[in-house]
Amino acid sequence: MKLLIKSGRIIDPSRNIDRVENILIEEGKISSYPAETKKLEKDKKINLIDASGKTVSPGFIDMHVHLREPGYEHKETIRTGCEAGAAGGFTSLVCMPNTNPINDNASVTEYILLKARKEGIVNVFPIGAITKGEKGESLAQIGEMFEAGCVGISDDGMPVMNSKVMRHAMEYVRPFNIPVISHAEDKNLSGNGVMNEGFFSNKLGLGGIPNASEEVIVARDITLAELTGVHLHIAHVSTAGSVRLIREAKARGIRVTAEATPHHVMLTDEAVLGYDTNAKVNPPIRTAEDVEFIRDGLKDGTIDAIATDHAPHSEDEKKVEFDLAPFGISGLETALPISLKLVTEGVLTLNQLIEKLTFNPAQIVNIDRGTLMVGAKADLVIFDTEKAFTVDRMKFRSKGKNSPFHGWKLTGHVEYTIVGGEIVYSA
Amino acid sequence: MVFQRKHILGLEELDAREINLVLDTAASMKEVSERDVKKVPALKGTTVVNLFFEPSTRTRSSFEIAEKRLSADVLNFTLSQSSVIKGETLLDTARNLEAMGAGVIVIRHSMSGAPWLLAKELHSSIINAGDGSHEHPSQALLDLFTIREIKGEIGGLVVVIVGDIRHSRVARSNIWGFLRLGAEVRVVGPATLIPKEIEYMDVKVFYTLEEALKDADVVIMLRIQMERQGSEYFPSLREYSKFYGLSREKLRIAKDDVSVMHPGPINRGVELSSEVADDVNSVILDQVSNGIAVRMAMLYLVASGGRNV
Amino acid sequence: MAGKVLMNSETMTETVTRITREILERNPDANKLVIVGIRTRGIHLARRLADQIEKKTGIKPPLGTLDISLYRDDLGIKDEWPELKKTDIPFTVDKKSVILVDDVIFTGRTSRAAIEAIMDFGRPSIIQLAVLVDRGHRELPIQADYTGNRIDTNTGEKVKVLLSETDGTDAVVVSQE
Ligand SMILES: [Zn+2]
Repeated sequence: MKLLIKSGRIIDPSRNIDRVENILIEEGKISSYPAETKKLEKDKKINLIDASGKTVSPGFIDMHVHLREPGYEHKETIRTGCEAGAAGGFTSLVCMPNTNPINDNASVTEYILLKARKEGIVNVFPIGAITKGEKGESLAQIGEMFEAGCVGISDDGMPVMNSKVMRHAMEYVRPFNIPVISHAEDKNLSGNGVMNEGFFSNKLGLGGIPNASEEVIVARDITLAELTGVHLHIAHVSTAGSVRLIREAKARGIRVTAEATPHHVMLTDEAVLGYDTNAKVNPPIRTAEDVEFIRDGLKDGTIDAIATDHAPHSEDEKKVEFDLAPFGISGLETALPISLKLVTEGVLTLNQLIEKLTFNPAQIVNIDRGTLMVGAKADLVIFDTEKAFTVDRMKFRSKGKNSPFHGWKLTGHVEYTIVGGEIVYSA
Repeated sequence: MVFQRKHILGLEELDAREINLVLDTAASMKEVSERDVKKVPALKGTTVVNLFFEPSTRTRSSFEIAEKRLSADVLNFTLSQSSVIKGETLLDTARNLEAMGAGVIVIRHSMSGAPWLLAKELHSSIINAGDGSHEHPSQALLDLFTIREIKGEIGGLVVVIVGDIRHSRVARSNIWGFLRLGAEVRVVGPATLIPKEIEYMDVKVFYTLEEALKDADVVIMLRIQMERQGSEYFPSLREYSKFYGLSREKLRIAKDDVSVMHPGPINRGVELSSEVADDVNSVILDQVSNGIAVRMAMLYLVASGGRNV
Repeated sequence: MAGKVLMNSETMTETVTRITREILERNPDANKLVIVGIRTRGIHLARRLADQIEKKTGIKPPLGTLDISLYRDDLGIKDEWPELKKTDIPFTVDKKSVILVDDVIFTGRTSRAAIEAIMDFGRPSIIQLAVLVDRGHRELPIQADYTGNRIDTNTGEKVKVLLSETDGTDAVVVSQE
């Protein structure tokens, strides 16, 4: 099937492009940028999308999602997660290994990829565990998982506390040239914390997770990355101190990259007031000062990518005591409009934002996506930066309705999501 | 003034007028408690459920007596936390009780915010009988009531709260309550047990008891639970008691007519020396008897306030 | 205040004097009398009656106040609950002749609540009810033993008793709501 996208504003940071052009897609690939479209428009075998007034960019790549399958299909499945991704403009999802069983060996990786091929409407790239069972003790089957298709390793959610184990994981993985993704958290410092430690945790009588809990592990992992030479990627940066540490490490030439989530750049811990479990997330939403630092980090390139840490949970699981509610925010379907606020608020240009949603994450996990150059896989998103709407979490395609953005009036709406030349979502 | 609230969840959300209304109502309720027939029909036909997820014979008994004096039908539901975690959710349990006709649910829970969950999801009036490390409104209200009775006025008093401020719901509720009514509030304890953000609540922080006690009108001793605090917060009970236990000698630093309070149960020899616990300055038994009147007032007011919502 | 003046300062004084006389006629042993005013205006009327009794007999009857909020039968229905005030009956009612005093008797429900409340304080030998105005429309089989003025009203009308202690003047006024 051929597809002609007419008169869209093409933003492709991989080639530093921002101009109105037409795109012709053939056989799932970007085939050309025809200047003249009259003849093509008459061709009945070519589908036409009029993208005038809309923005066309490489499909978004979310390098940090939880698709929950296998094991937690009541929260999300590969099918529903991919549908949610498509609705959010994502054409590639990089999924974390904390499923059940944990993705710590090639058979689980293969299962996920098989399911994704059969039911997933967007691309799925798995992350393997660092240690067996994410127990932090012995190394997972890293080589075999790499062969099976894992694009990085991480013990997300259950960070490796033993520095020696972490060191060996880094050493072992370095020749495979995939990143070690660190959910930086000292579990002992976090203790039974359930939100940011600060004014509001004290007020609400909830256990706090101090900034230091993240920063000591960011510092440790940077130190170990320096020692081992591995590519370290810091997931969901949430504190001012982490931004400082990463900035300093980058300046010294250490191979470290980082991501931030839309909720960590748009919310403060006040969101927890009223014991709103939809704002319970790990790392926790922090203070206005932290938000400022992360925004600065995005601006100066310290933070390379925006990833949602999409963590869907069922309504029943969240409608419990705050202490008992699982951590996580369902983020795929609000990522674009929330991130666009960074543009309207002057933090990033639209080009920079798209770079952090496309080309940069593709580079970090080393996949051949995130570009619209001729010959590239035709993964695209067409969106309207002006269209306003009100977030209704109950309308999410994701099974996880757990969003702190419910009821927010936002602008930025995905019109089409195209994966391999096929329209997988249209508004 | 009419009480507009359907629930009493915490002191933080009450303003001075509302707190005073509860205390005034409690004064009227106290008269009922002094009669030979200590029972009035106000809540006849109303079912009140005491939903307790933590064993607390004191608070539960006090609420139960208060409910019975108001002629409510009382249902006690005490669950251990472990049975809840594997079984039905808090919300399921509470919805079942509501379906049985509970008009008011009095909840005690080990986790902060649990009463808010019920208030959000149910139709019944909710009274917080203590949630995690958050609030314990009935305790603070009875402390305020007791002190107002003794001193006549709360405004201008110097109130010292001693011990584990970090984990104490009694401390949080009392801080809000005494501040709202115009007292100066000081907190004192080991640095590990005083969160640094407490200063934003407008209290003065001390780390030596002797300094904190200067000019004190009221001293509230918090219960120390070694099983909760563990050994990572302070080295031993002996050392805690040496620095933060209240002896008659240290008490002399406070004003002569200082009132000493303790939410109970007391660890004699840890928070208080026995002589202080039995001292004339100790109002601990007044606290217990006032507790019933204050809880009657809370029940009466939420049952009334709920109708306006 | 607009409306028909039913009683002025002068006639009110006369009425209280008459009620006092009737009370003493029916209760010759003034030592057994206790006077209990029902909040709020009944309190002041009760004090006036007690003063008059003292003047006439030289015996000062114990004077109490009663808040019937906790005894109302409409707590489950009414939108606004009354603010609870203190009940103060610092004497025994056992074997006494209790004179309940209220300003107006209407449905009879307040009186019923007051009777129930008094019974919780003990076992009086007799309870009698004195009111300044009986405006009819009883919903319970309750009548006052001593009535200042009996008037026909419709339910839409408002009977307002003004007392110098709270309102600066003594009067009873009937007005349309
Ligand atoms: Zn994580």
